[in-house]
Amino acid sequence: MKLVKFTKKGIYCIPGKFYLDPWLPVDYAIISHGHADHARSGMTYYLCQTDSKAILKHRLGADIHIESLNYDEPKMVNGVQVSFHPAGHVIGSAQIRLEYKGFVVVFSGDYKVKNDYLTIPFEPIKCHEFITESTFGLPIYNWLPEEQLQQQMHDWVLKNQSHHRTSVFLGYSLGKAQRIMKLMEGVDKIYVHSAIHNLNKAIENSGIALPQTELLQYDFKKEDLQNKIIIMPPGLLGSKLLKKIPNAATAICSGWMQIRGNRRWQAVDAGFAVSDHADWNGLLSAVKATEAEKVYVTHGSQATFSKYLNEIGIPSEEVKTEYGSEEDDKEIVTEKKDVL
Amino acid sequence: MKHFSELISAIEITNKTNSKIDALVDYLKVAPEKDKLWIITLFTGKRPSRPVKTTLMRQWCLEITGYPEWLFLESYSSVGDLGETIALMLPDPTHKIEKSLSAWMEELIALRPKSDAEKKIYVLNAWSGLEMQERLIFNKLIGGSFRIGVSKKTLVNALSKYSGIDANQLMHSIIGNWDINSISFDDLIQGEHINYDNSKPYPFCLAYALEKELPELGNPDQWQVEYKWDGIRGQIVKRNGEIFIWSRGEELVTSQFPELVSAMETFEDDFVIDGEILALKDNAVLLFNDLQKRLNRKNVSKKMLEEIPVGFYVYDILEWNGQDIREKPMIYRREILENLLTSEILSKQIVISEIITFYHWNELDAIRNQAREYNSEGLMLKQKDSPYHTGRKKGDWWKWKVDPLTIDAVMIYAQKGSGRRSSKYTDYTFAVKKDDGLVTVAKAYSGLTDVEITEISRFVNKNAIEKFGPVRTVKPELVFEIAFEGIALSNRHKSGVALRFPRILRWRRDKTVADIDTIEQVKQLIINPN
Repeated sequence: MKLVKFTKKGIYCIPGKFYLDPWLPVDYAIISHGHADHARSGMTYYLCQTDSKAILKHRLGADIHIESLNYDEPKMVNGVQVSFHPAGHVIGSAQIRLEYKGFVVVFSGDYKVKNDYLTIPFEPIKCHEFITESTFGLPIYNWLPEEQLQQQMHDWVLKNQSHHRTSVFLGYSLGKAQRIMKLMEGVDKIYVHSAIHNLNKAIENSGIALPQTELLQYDFKKEDLQNKIIIMPPGLLGSKLLKKIPNAATAICSGWMQIRGNRRWQAVDAGFAVSDHADWNGLLSAVKATEAEKVYVTHGSQATFSKYLNEIGIPSEEVKTEYGSEEDDKEIVTEKKDVL
Repeated sequence: MKHFSELISAIEITNKTNSKIDALVDYLKVAPEKDKLWIITLFTGKRPSRPVKTTLMRQWCLEITGYPEWLFLESYSSVGDLGETIALMLPDPTHKIEKSLSAWMEELIALRPKSDAEKKIYVLNAWSGLEMQERLIFNKLIGGSFRIGVSKKTLVNALSKYSGIDANQLMHSIIGNWDINSISFDDLIQGEHINYDNSKPYPFCLAYALEKELPELGNPDQWQVEYKWDGIRGQIVKRNGEIFIWSRGEELVTSQFPELVSAMETFEDDFVIDGEILALKDNAVLLFNDLQKRLNRKNVSKKMLEEIPVGFYVYDILEWNGQDIREKPMIYRREILENLLTSEILSKQIVISEIITFYHWNELDAIRNQAREYNSEGLMLKQKDSPYHTGRKKGDWWKWKVDPLTIDAVMIYAQKGSGRRSSKYTDYTFAVKKDDGLVTVAKAYSGLTDVEITEISRFVNKNAIEKFGPVRTVKPELVFEIAFEGIALSNRHKSGVALRFPRILRWRRDKTVADIDTIEQVKQLIINPN
């Protein structure tokens, strides 16, 4: 059965006549989560998970036509049963399950399998075909348990405080920032950049509780920030705003920081492998748990991961999509505007 | 090993020398005595020889993880470092081993003569008892090289900050003869085993790039003009029978140039001379590329000494038989130098820098443009009455380099760098037009900003043809201006030409592949560089 096909506009459900996370304008878009490479503007109609709705409106415009469903709440679209299931990636992130005449396809969107105590944990779903991301699809990417990661980050903040330095974490506004807030909760006062602050407000307005933070005012008092924690988007690395913060120690939070070369490439003081994507073992366990007879591998190490899956007896194919890395570029542009 | 592990983490993340020095000082304050000696040993390249072959470590890693070799290689090309790749791929530790750096080093030395089976038991036990970062350090201790940007000079500056002892003296101390088992850390840095009076160097006198028109310099009679050489600026100190060669980076490089040491031994006088270390064969200066093959070797083989003999072009004399003559006018110093080198010299490898005869400023441009023929990189203009300044002073010494040759070429291959550069495509191959197609003319990896490299890496990721392996063929689209110092016909290169020191001058976003040079245009530069 051919339920979905991969087109130039995005992943298309043939009987359902809708797209999953399309990258070109279409009539009906079902969105896995609010990151810019998955939720793009220009769609006539959007469908997403309830907790994503406020995020999408915040990012794409309050006037978009959007409807939402809770996790596990099915909806029939042109005879295809559509439902969202927790992906554990960022708040409101979902795997999209499609069922048509007993045939099930699951599109993972982006996901992580370990619990971050912030998002609803990833839930494996049995299916015939599984479309998985592969951002960290190499066996060198294996994350530390959350407690150990948290310990490392706490130690770093304490060390900075002993040198009277302000700890600045750099992480994407949506997802990483809230994750860092959770990891740093209770350590000291947390200031967040306006881009993060505004998104936090949108999330909180939809009824989700977040750790307490304060908006970093552009005309902040330097003495207020000493020894404190600041979170800002990665695009602000090297910005005037960051330079204005006295005695700042900077850390990038990203899965890429697992590799020394990546940590050293950036002119920062530390790099923590905090990722909202599944690591190598996470990807493998997720794929196996679906018991899928065919696995399509999208953005990341798709060639490698798909080849490996075939070698271990899971029929797989790589798929070219427009996902991945765009979040990076977009944030740099929009955040810079906020500052100037 | 906790402190050492923290030290490595702190050093590897930063590219600021001062932060590295601070981390080293923090470490020196808390580390055990013996570990401090090991730090000096490891960071000065005196490490013991590798006890376990990399092929074995790779094989054991594959056995433990069960991954196919291609997957290992794919991971390796993302990481750019074998010890790190293994450390990242291994499963989580099952127990915890805590040992000091010196304990690890002593065990690794003892491991060397053992059988492969015994080595395997030892290494596998260590791997399963260490966290990722410690495992990485363990693998690096086996290999010996850290590549974290700690030069001897950085280490010496840290030791100096920690102890208050003069940095150059410390350089002599750590480079001198000492044995880790029979010296204490304090005796080592106090220099109990050396006589610093014999090695103490002077600061180099450095020149600025010429920034005025020649006639503005005044009377040509007042100026001495010499060729500018592209080797390693060096200072040879000969006092009381001891000979030391300092590089401009204030590192002692004596042991790398045994032929210079033996040439110096033929002199009776004591002196300190300034000059250029060059690859010098049959009275001609070779390319810097050749000299490079001689650098940073533990042992210089006889074959190397014959293939690439090293010589010293002497520019100046700073001290003569115990007397500091740096304040004397240059013509006075030059006379002493000429007497010294004519009366005693027995080696063809020690050459006094030639003075170029000229009468009018307008003669010099033509001479400068011919400099390339002798592998010289231009001219030096020095005021005849000038003292030997400390450091860089404007006005008395000027360097006037030849302009580089340039071509426009298109990028066709990209490769990831290593170390700090392993995450990005930083090494590129460039081509020019030949008939209806392209032919590669140069490989270059320097000259771009980090931002540009990031942008190009993104282009490569989107436009690469291959999916596996380290090299990516990309759509010929990005055009760059490539600068180089010289060009010669070559049978070894497909293009028929060899470029000297190619580097990226700038990214020509304004040009397309239609605008690049042809191989015929490139060959024209051999006949007519201007």
